Amino acid sequence: MTTILTENSRADVTTVGNDGLWLKRDDVAAATGWVLKPEGFCKGDICVPIPAGRENEFVTDDAVNVGAFWALMDKPAVSTEAGDAWFLGEGAADRNAALTSLEAPNFTLKGLDGVEHSLVDFRGKRVLLATWASW
Amino acid sequence: MDADIEAARPWIEAANPTHPSLIDQNHEVSSLYNMVNVPQCVWIDENGIIVRPPETGGSIDMLRFFDPETGTFAEDKLALAADARTTYTNAVRDWAVNGANSKFVFDAKDAREHVPEMSGDVALAHATFQLGRFVQDQGNQAEADRLFAICRDLHPASWNMFRQTTEKEETGIAVGAEFFAKVGALGDEPYYAGVDMEGMPQPEDL
Repeated sequence: MTTILTENSRADVTTVGNDGLWLKRDDVAAATGWVLKPEGFCKGDICVPIPAGRENEFVTDDAVNVGAFWALMDKPAVSTEAGDAWFLGEGAADRNAALTSLEAPNFTLKGLDGVEHSLVDFRGKRVLLATWASW
Repeated sequence: MDADIEAARPWIEAANPTHPSLIDQNHEVSSLYNMVNVPQCVWIDENGIIVRPPETGGSIDMLRFFDPETGTFAEDKLALAADARTTYTNAVRDWAVNGANSKFVFDAKDAREHVPEMSGDVALAHATFQLGRFVQDQGNQAEADRLFAICRDLHPASWNMFRQTTEKEETGIAVGAEFFAKVGALGDEPYYAGVDMEGMPQPEDL
């Protein structure tokens, strides 16, 4: 079993092969938030086409090379040494685009009481987001 | 910005704030907002728009004036730090009252220019850190340590990643030998970047 993590999901899947991160087609959407369509690797309105002539690197009948798509999109993918867990992260370009749009990225975290709060809950108020730490 | 809820608890309970205090165990906000240290602040208006991108939260670059032998800061620097904190909190109050009319908010162009740009290495560091936190929670500290060491190489500017994972004193504060070695290696670089705000002393002014 391999755990695939993104910033807002976790999926436990059986990967395909031993090289890089190939997932079964059926596991791709739940594990990554992206889907394989004729247009390519898609999420919402965005589709990333498979580079011409390189289909074999990215897809087979049964499997999708998620690692290769992640690299194609310049997003970071990192695994444990044992290969039993992966984190599929957001790329710098996306982060920078999000911040320079000046729309404050949303997040959801809990307080000590276990109650979740999201930044968007405070729409209508001015928010000072301040970070601190015990360390 | 605490991996361990119980480490954060006594501080939050002692402060007993009227505002929400959220525990960011995996440093998600640091990843989203490209932060490097605490305290850092972001001003977000009532429409969810960033009017002051992440900046040092009212602190000044004091650490260079810390005397490890006495365990204290110079008195005059402490006074400067207190003044700076007042300047920053007064600016926040001014914004709370005056909103978009506050002289302390950036217009869109200035705000964009103040957004810290993230590199590919830093994006990879954030992904690596979050994987490290996952395996740490699973009980695999050795693998977590390996991943956290990679983070330090990829993102040496991140005090969040470093101090969260370095040795702590009994107080829970990361002020051990490793920390001071990294501070020493700063040279002329500031521990806390200066705040672009009228009245805030810049590192070179101190």
